[in-house]
Amino acid sequence: MSILIDKNTKVITQGITGATGNFHAKGALDYGTQMVGGVTPGKGGTNVDFNLENGTTVSLPVFNTVVEAVNATGATASVIYVAPPFAADAIMEAVDAELDLVICITEGIPVLDMVKVMRFMEGKKTRLIGPNCPGVITPGEIKIGIMPGYIHKKGHVGVVSRSGTLTYEAVHQLTSSGIGQSSAVGIGGDPVKGSEFIDILKLFNEDPDTYAVIMIGEIGGTAEEEAAEWVKANMTKPVVGFIGGATAPAGKRMGHAGAIISGGKGTAAEKISVLEACGIRVAPTPSDMGATLVAVLEEKGLLEKCKG
Amino acid sequence: MNIHEYQGKEVLRQYGVNVPRGKVAFTVDEAVSAAKELGSSVTVVKAQIHAGGRGKAGGVNIAKSVEDVASYAKELLGKVLVTHQTGPEGKEVKRLLIEEGCDIKKEYYIGVVVDRGTGRVVMMGSEEGGMDIEEVAAHSPEKIIKVVVDPAVGLQMYQARQLAYDIKIPGELINKAVKFMLALYKAFEEKDCSIAEINPLVVTGAGDVMALDAKLNFDSNALFRHKDIVELRDLDEEDAKEIQASKFDLSYIALDGNIGCMVNGAGLAMATMDIIKYFGGSPANFLDVGGGATKEKVTEAFKIILSDPNVKGIFVNIFGGIMKCDIIAEGVVAAARELGLDRPLVVRLEGTNVARGKEILNGSGLNIVAADSMSDGAQKIVSLVK
Repeated sequence: MSILIDKNTKVITQGITGATGNFHAKGALDYGTQMVGGVTPGKGGTNVDFNLENGTTVSLPVFNTVVEAVNATGATASVIYVAPPFAADAIMEAVDAELDLVICITEGIPVLDMVKVMRFMEGKKTRLIGPNCPGVITPGEIKIGIMPGYIHKKGHVGVVSRSGTLTYEAVHQLTSSGIGQSSAVGIGGDPVKGSEFIDILKLFNEDPDTYAVIMIGEIGGTAEEEAAEWVKANMTKPVVGFIGGATAPAGKRMGHAGAIISGGKGTAAEKISVLEACGIRVAPTPSDMGATLVAVLEEKGLLEKCKG
Repeated sequence: MNIHEYQGKEVLRQYGVNVPRGKVAFTVDEAVSAAKELGSSVTVVKAQIHAGGRGKAGGVNIAKSVEDVASYAKELLGKVLVTHQTGPEGKEVKRLLIEEGCDIKKEYYIGVVVDRGTGRVVMMGSEEGGMDIEEVAAHSPEKIIKVVVDPAVGLQMYQARQLAYDIKIPGELINKAVKFMLALYKAFEEKDCSIAEINPLVVTGAGDVMALDAKLNFDSNALFRHKDIVELRDLDEEDAKEIQASKFDLSYIALDGNIGCMVNGAGLAMATMDIIKYFGGSPANFLDVGGGATKEKVTEAFKIILSDPNVKGIFVNIFGGIMKCDIIAEGVVAAARELGLDRPLVVRLEGTNVARGKEILNGSGLNIVAADSMSDGAQKIVSLVK
């Protein structure tokens, strides 16, 4: 079991003929993901060939529209590598085609475009992950996004994060300690985004194969605090956390569009104190994310189960 | 991206937002001729820097004559203003706004921001204008009124009316306030602002509703569709190293410590600063080389770090995903050879092609300290710069 995606998920790539989309479509195919086609307006009717690491060649059909691609392939998920000026349009096209899941990797989408996208999505069935995120992986089954697949290990710890490389860091620490992951979800570093921590925590809470969760937050906004309150009230599984940006100066955007302390709100200190008050143990340094989880698993008698 | 007050008012004027008449001046002569042109009985001489708190720092002066304008202009131009937002080093005044004075009856606050919680644009108003709005929010939050805008239809008249009544704009001026707010929202939306703050909004003895100050920030992700706004950028207001970094698509922020950092990924870059601090050191910068860094980009990043005289040592922390460790290692070695490595360098590599990356570093003959983990690397660099 896992959340959001598994080995049966069929995926299309929006922007498959662009350099980034093409590179990561191959990476996904190498991992074993069922990539079934792609969309690039104007290139419909052509095919893209991928020479995989295992020596085989896969040829994927390209379509002009998402609807066409969905009708022809039966895809239920899409991943977007479209350039920022056109990415909001690409998300709405995928939502309109009634896909279950849309994962937008694109970084640099104007925030007011995302405000419109979120309004457009109201009442629609699609779940959006991102934008400005590394994607989602269910180790050993499927990888949708830009994360390095080989650092992951199939298992029972859920990972949810606002940061890409910090997620890799956490996953690497877990895998090195022999602890696998059920799914790892990057929700992205933008201020307005498709899924928040709570959305993903709910899914992990309901997933019988997830025994514990690592939540990696950062400065800016109050999503971590809201998630912590939700965890305290609803979560049946242990959650450990980390918050990046304790040393970030106020008013400066720290790389991610959403990582900014404004009006004295969204500091790491505030987030850490709320997390701890809600029973979430917070790793003192980013080097201790894995060790903190191991300690909590041991206390709860879950360590052996998570290593299995 | 930030712009100056006079530029912000110019942008707002294009949308029909009521602002006082005024002109920018770079010299005392320009200030004098601007004042003559305005011909008002009272003229305000305002220092233009990218920071708030100018009034308290002596950056805003009321002149009753053209001679007063000249002497205030002379005093302000070239002066270093220190406000609570500039940091202790302050900012040099290079431009002035010469503006007609007005007869203020009462001051209010109006701000427009993107609210992350709702994913919507929110317009906020308060009858406590002119004050630090963060203080109002902390002490009397009930005095801040918010309306949430539906992006499908934009700010509606009834919402603006409601806000105007709630912040107690005088009844006979409600319509003018509504017109002001609708125009302000339109400017915010069409120009992709991230903040539009009018503090204070004033009602005048002449029965006008106008923006006495204007702070506009723009979403840097949207600048591709606003060439006119990009032209308003004032490089004098930005850190030279940050400008250099942005040319190479590096995300760099100068800090006041002595350990230079080079990291891939914004989250890891922030966390690297944190762990340096945790072990008693102090980071000199935030630097994210991004996911697709080339050897050239890494070299450039190194140059920027080394150009900071405060830097006593460098910590490179890379988790290679798409970014391959051998590429980073080549960049580090090339940069160290080109620039001469006169300060301690600790490198922690993990991830894709890590073995090859370590070989390149070890075989370089350079004095590079290898680290096994983030905490190992942070502890090593902290002890090396002591």
